[in-house]
Amino acid sequence: MTRFLARRLAAAVLLCVGITLIAFVLTQLVPGDPAAANLGQRAIGDPEAVAAFRAKYGLDQPLPVQYLTYIGNVLQGNLGMSQQSHRPVAQDLAEYVPATIELAIFAIVLSLLVGVALGVVAAVNRDRWPDQVLRVVSLGGVSMPTFWVALVAFYLLFFKFGLLPGGGRLDPGMTPPPYATGFYTVDAALAGQWDVLASAAGHLVLPSLVLAVYTVGMLMRFTRASVLEILGNDYVRAARAKGLPERVVIMRHVLRPAMVAIITVAGVAFGSLLSGAVLVENIFSWPGLGQYAYRSAVNLDLPGIMGVSIVVAAVYILINLLVDLLYGVIDPRIRLT
Amino acid sequence: MGALLEVEDLTVWLATRGGPRKAVDGLSFQVDAGEIFGIAGESGSGKTMTALALLGLLPHAAKTAGRAVFEGRDLLAMPARELRAVRGRKIAMVSQDPSTSLHPMLSIETQLTEHMRHHLGLGKSEARGRAVELLATVRIPDPEQALRAHPAQFSGGMRQRIAIAVALACEPRLLLADEPTTALDVTVQAGILRLLHRLRRERDLAVIVITHDLGVMSAVADRICVMYGGRTAEVGPREDVLTRPRHPYTRGLLDALPHPEGGAATLQPIPGSPPALGAVPEGCPFHPRCGFAVPDCRAVRPEPVLVASGHLAACPPDPLGGAA
Repeated sequence: MTRFLARRLAAAVLLCVGITLIAFVLTQLVPGDPAAANLGQRAIGDPEAVAAFRAKYGLDQPLPVQYLTYIGNVLQGNLGMSQQSHRPVAQDLAEYVPATIELAIFAIVLSLLVGVALGVVAAVNRDRWPDQVLRVVSLGGVSMPTFWVALVAFYLLFFKFGLLPGGGRLDPGMTPPPYATGFYTVDAALAGQWDVLASAAGHLVLPSLVLAVYTVGMLMRFTRASVLEILGNDYVRAARAKGLPERVVIMRHVLRPAMVAIITVAGVAFGSLLSGAVLVENIFSWPGLGQYAYRSAVNLDLPGIMGVSIVVAAVYILINLLVDLLYGVIDPRIRLT
Repeated sequence: MGALLEVEDLTVWLATRGGPRKAVDGLSFQVDAGEIFGIAGESGSGKTMTALALLGLLPHAAKTAGRAVFEGRDLLAMPARELRAVRGRKIAMVSQDPSTSLHPMLSIETQLTEHMRHHLGLGKSEARGRAVELLATVRIPDPEQALRAHPAQFSGGMRQRIAIAVALACEPRLLLADEPTTALDVTVQAGILRLLHRLRRERDLAVIVITHDLGVMSAVADRICVMYGGRTAEVGPREDVLTRPRHPYTRGLLDALPHPEGGAATLQPIPGSPPALGAVPEGCPFHPRCGFAVPDCRAVRPEPVLVASGHLAACPPDPLGGAA
């Protein structure tokens, strides 16, 4: 297991280097001049301002030098200055990333609870009415466009019936809890600010619900398929031959092996949540990575784009590592070899 | 003395794409307490479906008819809930391949104690203590250590011993052993068969051994039922059936067995192959492959009739009768 972990970590580092390189080259290929994008009208009439801008941000250096300088800085935790917010990118990300991760974790936990439960119900009732109904539900979940779901949910649950709070991470006028993790729910709990915690959690519900619609549908289908496959195994028949209640057979003997496939899909789903967040964050005015990425992209803020790429890549790598570790927890055969 | 299990006219239909097909057709037999009863037949003869029918574990959408009276109650008519209380508690099963019938991700302790705790209401430590005894009974070295292990850490023979320990955990009255030795080496086979023998002696356990291997049969069974096409071809005491077979199919199976002194030349395969599900011929199911068939065999479905004390054969022409 330790050797397995060491190999995975080494691969992760290489992957990170590769991703920064690709992201770096891609940003250079974009037809657009950061100086023009940031200086606007002045870029046309004031070549000196342009030259000063390029010198300030090191854009006059050859590309490989720019890349190496960048990597050197990244290793020291310096992701550069955002040309858009005029703050260090690292500082921006420390603020925006937790907002998105908090949202995505909420959404994935919700999706796993609902999606796995419904998938099991569908599999156990194979071809009977609950299965038929759930098939339509999961199809709906994966086929409805997220932006549309977001708008409808926003209109109905917030505007029309006022069941849930609308945009933002907190009620208007409320001060964020003291920064510790960047997750408002955790920070509020740490500071003992229960009213802030309630507000932060309440604000998470609507956007994470919207994000979860797709992943619930996806997890339901995979859970159903995986459970049906496991149900055909000899060891399930053996469990039934022991006279165990069906509930125990499903929860202990079927769901555990089925989880191997389910967490694989959940890992991928977590990635899709991050990209879904771009739309949802804009609709719900959620100050997260999605909004930051969008603004960096339209402003050609190269350090910002690079920072976002690195963070997203790191999250993907971490999730995959976590999934690999969970395989070992679920299946002792992996742990033992 | 009443039989422990009395199966009468058991019929099993399996759902196939072409509609329901008979896999077992009017099978009757009985098993006494402490008896080892063998069911022999080629694959597709309905032997496994017979065992699954008794436990109510037939595949999706299968149907049954007939009766299977166990300790005075009909298993086939029992509500699911009550049948669950019989499964694992009174009737236990050991299946063919222990590498697939033991759960690969659960510890031996969990698999050995979960049904004890459920059926017998034992606490964790009590169940654990009994699990250690059980593993010792089936001769697993270092039972304490084995409880913490997972199936992948044992050899095939050890796994089958563990599977038998699992089946014995709640002290059942009847053990259904479906090809218990088929997946194992010959030397390991002998050990498992000795174990079954010993358990029967020590616990008055009745065992139904299902196998295609007449060699295994001759080693353990008190009485043997030979099945063909979902029906009984012949049933009787081991000695009678194996040395004085009265059904040409049994004779064919015996001729197809290798003899230590004979070499390959004496092997006599049965021509043709067993009927597919739903394609069992009219009349005697064996007649297309039978060297003794007479015109009647094609038309009349033979019922098993008494040919000697406790020995029934479903072959009215009785071509082997003189050999007795």
